[in-house]
Amino acid sequence: MTHPPYLSPDYRSTVLRAPARDLVMPKLGPDSVELTSPVFGHHELGRLDEDLTRRHAGEPLGERIIVTGRVLDGAGRPVPDALVEVWQANAAGRYAHLGDQHPAPLDPNFTGAGRCLTGADGRYRFVTIKPGAYPWRNHPNAWRPAHIHFSVFGTAFTQRLVTQMYFPGDPLFAYDPIFQSIPDVKARERLVSRFDMDTTEPEWALGYQWDIVLGDTPMETT
Amino acid sequence: MTTPAQAAPAEAPQAPAAARTTPGLTPSQTVGPFFGYALPYASGPEVVPGWRADAITVRGRVLDGAGDPVPDALVEIWQADETGEVPARPGAIERAGHGFSGFGRCGTDPAGGFWFRTVKPGAPGAGAPYIAVLVFARGLLKPVATRLYFPEDAASHAAEPLLAELPEDRRATLVAEPAGDREYRFDVRLQGERETVFLAF
Repeated sequence: MTHPPYLSPDYRSTVLRAPARDLVMPKLGPDSVELTSPVFGHHELGRLDEDLTRRHAGEPLGERIIVTGRVLDGAGRPVPDALVEVWQANAAGRYAHLGDQHPAPLDPNFTGAGRCLTGADGRYRFVTIKPGAYPWRNHPNAWRPAHIHFSVFGTAFTQRLVTQMYFPGDPLFAYDPIFQSIPDVKARERLVSRFDMDTTEPEWALGYQWDIVLGDTPMETT
Repeated sequence: MTTPAQAAPAEAPQAPAAARTTPGLTPSQTVGPFFGYALPYASGPEVVPGWRADAITVRGRVLDGAGDPVPDALVEIWQADETGEVPARPGAIERAGHGFSGFGRCGTDPAGGFWFRTVKPGAPGAGAPYIAVLVFARGLLKPVATRLYFPEDAASHAAEPLLAELPEDRRATLVAEPAGDREYRFDVRLQGERETVFLAF
């Protein structure tokens, strides 16, 4: 099983939001509409959308990083022109969101949202800063490991995937019920990016590689 | 809580592409509470421009198992146009002058509410017309998928392959309610007595 179950009580918010009844498989499977996907064009995206460090007058504080990888289908083929959207906390672990009450500073030079389309080889690439860990109120002394949220469109609406990319060696993995909600250890570790010296640019930014593999659907049963 | 994640890197250096015929799928994680400044966009709920004479409005709420509104959900829809054709040209965000994007996205408001302005899709083949719906939220570790069918098509629903298999009370959760002139109401209940039918593919 790749995906977490809906109900994962250690992550408290699932308790009242997880569907309790069995999912229903349409007798004929997904329909023609569900087997297609919205198509996005380069004209719809801004030129700087994939550089989260250049959206304001000044440079954001924090550790500049490059995050890149390929969007692949379940057979390992690249998915070109896939819309990849990202959002994240700033270097201090604070989101530019009114609901975030963490008493860490906002950075006037960092919003933390970006998007891009994959190239012909399925590759996406973002320049950003490394997000900080942040506290949440799920349980006493709860902290989320540093992560970047990813939203990806494949070639079918059933492939729609929203997930989170983590950084290697984070000591908070063991304590995070969202990361731990994925039952299979190997699947869980597929959310951890790989530090990559070849992606790292001298005297400028550290590089991380992370491939995203879309299945037929994230809505599989158990 | 289970054992700590392994400290060692899980993956060996990447094998040649040819050898990686079935890469492991990437697991889903929750959209969390803070997507509001990143994913929604101004024209997101407007699958068609408001001036279209055949525009319809769909309004609804996302509710949890206690019947309380879910104020931090993201609802996405995808559908065919009025002739039953699914858009295949780029332009899902900006509509690109096509007048119809097929794709809509709306974050819920503090009352759990969402809305879309769109057109009623034409029937795909023999089936009854529907709009594909995905809901993401804090507390949903993966999205729920459902379909919105239209109340005026009740006669054809009995023969619709998905609806026909469902007991009547469950079937009702997939059919929008009429709510005035060219308006429909469609609530998504994540859990509880009238839990919406969610689809597995």
